[in-house]
Amino acid sequence: MKNKDYLELDFYDITALGWLSRREFLKIFGGGIIVFCSLGDSFALQEEKRQRGMRPEAPADFNAYLLVKGDGTVACFTGKIEMGQGVITSLAQMLADELDVTLDSVEMVMGDTDLCPWDMGTFGSMTTRFFGPELRAAAAEARSVLIELAAEYLKLPASRLEAKDGVIFDLKNKKNQVTYAQLTKGKKIERHLEKKPPVKNPSEFTIVGQPLLRRDSHLKVTGQAKYAGDTLFPEVLHAKILRPPSHDAKLKSVDVSEAEKIEGVQIIREGDFIAVLHKYPDVAEKALAKIKPQFDRPAAILDDKNIFEHLLKVAPQGEIAAQGGNLTEGEKVAQNIVEKKYLNSYVAHAPIEPHAATAKIEGDKITVWVSTQRPFGDKDEIAQALGLQPQNVRVITPFVGGGFGGKTSNRQAVEAARLAKLAGKPVQVAWTRAEEFFYDTFRPAAVVEIKSGVMNSGKIVLWDYRVYFAGQRGAEQFYDIPNHRTTVYGSGWRGAQGTHPFSTGAWRAPSNNTNTFARESQVDAMASLAGIDPLEFRLMNLKDSRMIRVLKAAAEKFGWKPAKAPSGRGLGISCGTDAGTYVAHIAEVEVDKNSGHVQVKRVVCAQDMGLSINPEGARIQMEGCITMGLGYALTEEIHFKGREILDLNFDTYEIPRFSWTPEIETVLIDAKDSPPQGGGEPAIICTGGVVANAVYDAAGLRLLQLPMTPERVRAAFAAKG
Amino acid sequence: MTLTKRGYSENSRQKKDNPVEKETAMIENIQFRLNGRPVSLSVDGDRMLLLVLRYELGLTGTKFGCGQGFCGACTVLVNNEAVRSCQYPVKDINGKEVLTIEGLSKNGELHPLQKAFIEHDALQCGYCTSGMIINAYSLLRKNPNPTRKDIIDGMEGNLCRCGTYIRIIAAIQTAAKEMRGAK
Repeated sequence: MKNKDYLELDFYDITALGWLSRREFLKIFGGGIIVFCSLGDSFALQEEKRQRGMRPEAPADFNAYLLVKGDGTVACFTGKIEMGQGVITSLAQMLADELDVTLDSVEMVMGDTDLCPWDMGTFGSMTTRFFGPELRAAAAEARSVLIELAAEYLKLPASRLEAKDGVIFDLKNKKNQVTYAQLTKGKKIERHLEKKPPVKNPSEFTIVGQPLLRRDSHLKVTGQAKYAGDTLFPEVLHAKILRPPSHDAKLKSVDVSEAEKIEGVQIIREGDFIAVLHKYPDVAEKALAKIKPQFDRPAAILDDKNIFEHLLKVAPQGEIAAQGGNLTEGEKVAQNIVEKKYLNSYVAHAPIEPHAATAKIEGDKITVWVSTQRPFGDKDEIAQALGLQPQNVRVITPFVGGGFGGKTSNRQAVEAARLAKLAGKPVQVAWTRAEEFFYDTFRPAAVVEIKSGVMNSGKIVLWDYRVYFAGQRGAEQFYDIPNHRTTVYGSGWRGAQGTHPFSTGAWRAPSNNTNTFARESQVDAMASLAGIDPLEFRLMNLKDSRMIRVLKAAAEKFGWKPAKAPSGRGLGISCGTDAGTYVAHIAEVEVDKNSGHVQVKRVVCAQDMGLSINPEGARIQMEGCITMGLGYALTEEIHFKGREILDLNFDTYEIPRFSWTPEIETVLIDAKDSPPQGGGEPAIICTGGVVANAVYDAAGLRLLQLPMTPERVRAAFAAKG
Repeated sequence: MTLTKRGYSENSRQKKDNPVEKETAMIENIQFRLNGRPVSLSVDGDRMLLLVLRYELGLTGTKFGCGQGFCGACTVLVNNEAVRSCQYPVKDINGKEVLTIEGLSKNGELHPLQKAFIEHDALQCGYCTSGMIINAYSLLRKNPNPTRKDIIDGMEGNLCRCGTYIRIIAAIQTAAKEMRGAK
């Protein structure tokens, strides 16, 4: 893996903190076999190691462990979290398979900063790719310890022993056996993984690779699954916080006298941080409405229309991400030149669970339940805000109600912690939908300019690609083009001061949605100009065999019949790579000329993700990506004026609904012998491009801006005449 | 400059049934049946049912998603009608029957809808799931044999950000079949 695949690691300056010492851990859990993993050699884990090294109190020699308990069950402790992506199932599958126990005997303990070792966060489709191998190694080590113990117990050489479902038996006499529970009971064995023990070959897997149902469904269909806002104590107070009308508003004065009159209300003020606490959130809201603040607000300059012009103006020097051949030469020989500019707007994460946190102080220790993708980062921020020693802060992550990158940032956790300290009581901060939109770290608005050249034969000979503020992931093209250059202006997040009017961040498959939309639209435009079927055009310009394979797999499943676009059929193609995975989509759409409405009727998605740990989970992620992706393709964009967010709820910010649901067919390429790659993000990167290309095929309209709202589609019809 | 609407549970564009304007709470005695059991409460009658369920009765299976009835995460059944509990003042349930996700399984046996959601993996993060199941329950009561289009129309107001609609449709079809067979 190359560094470029891990650009997502650059989201934040993540700093590490300590955790429960080994001794304390052993005290809590008593006996069993405990395996501490060493850090691997992958780039991601090197990065973790580097960051962890900055904090001397943090042990730097292991990052995960598992515990084979005295009753034979196995607990896996990981700082990763479950937000719907399904690792609570797939990680357990990997562990069970390697350790030869049943899936039911595996318990996952996730995202608890006291119990789990430090972890950078759950994002970037990295859990399976980077944490997975470490977990498997730990499981293999635990298994070898158990085999040793069994050899002693049964008085047989280890080579004669075999393990299955938590039982070790004599290969020559199966009745001669001992269980993991018998072997671990009353023992305290601590192992530190220095070298990776051999792990199973994919051909030996019995649980990995099986399409299994989610393990958390029962809790979720009965309403028992707990989320951060469900952590309630009898004495908890609900907080409503005074918010500015825009990100640049300054509080000038405030009158809280009317709010104070409401019975049972406690008003907390620390500088501009003003909150109303009450036993019931609605009373706190009523009181907040009585507060009379005066804000100073600078004049609004930017809005959702002029933002693109602004971005081009403030763009920093470009950095060349890839190049080859000679652009001037390419332009000279090209028989047709296509030059286009693509735009996309700010997009919100909009999980159905708004950010929430409940904080409780006991003695000198604070515990905060947070809806987070980054529990250890929150812990750090809380410790800093409260001036506490890191070991006195515990973050617990219950189930997370959707993240998509948006819950790597958790202002509400610090707010709840500060308020709990100031009020001297447990406090819950649960954001309204409007707060969720206001403080979101949006997918950045971006511009892509492409100048490309193609021969009448269909051979692409020129590719000059300039991307502004989407970021680099997915920017480099993978077609076989002799003269090409990819230039990246500004990153996809953390724009310099004055770039974006509000926070931007990683949104499911960061950068890649924008880059794939622009690239695949441009490729399609060239295919159409050359009068060649868009599938054939791609295949003739590709050398990458994995990309060719996913395209062909999608075409076969779809029943693709060649035609040059626009054919009037409403069919589109798009392909790309993300998080090590290859994806190709084919979609069928219907475009209503009068309303401008685009209905996506059918999507076929083929994916090569290497070994798929849980094929059923992988398909669910593909379907989810396609469905969610329709939003950024068709309706989702943040409306804003200056630094005020105008979208407050789902009435103006439209996300996909039941009626949008196309038929979805997924194809998983059989690639058991390749290492597993990302699964939670890749299939979303093609949605914008595939829908845009299908719209072109249906109506001859080349939409250059996402989302393709009915207004934009109608305008395109009008412009076409 | 006055405070924006941000932070309040009002309609995002216009005020609608605004609880903020009331000066003092009207404490009322409300009696209703919740998941088959009688409940008697002294409560601000204007408090929304969602808050009463979560913060006075401790039933946290019903979720807050948008606070304005746009997402359906807070859906519960009142007299067998699916309602948005974040928009439903508790005084309006006096004498009525309320069913929440916690009351759906009977004697430890999951309802066919719950079973079908599990079998079809019709959920990811699970946050919208309670509202989805309750809304589907109401749909199937009215229409035991829905077409795909009936399901889509009936579920249109419930949002899932993880994108599981296609599986929820299949789960509802499966549950409908089982429920018809059970009769």
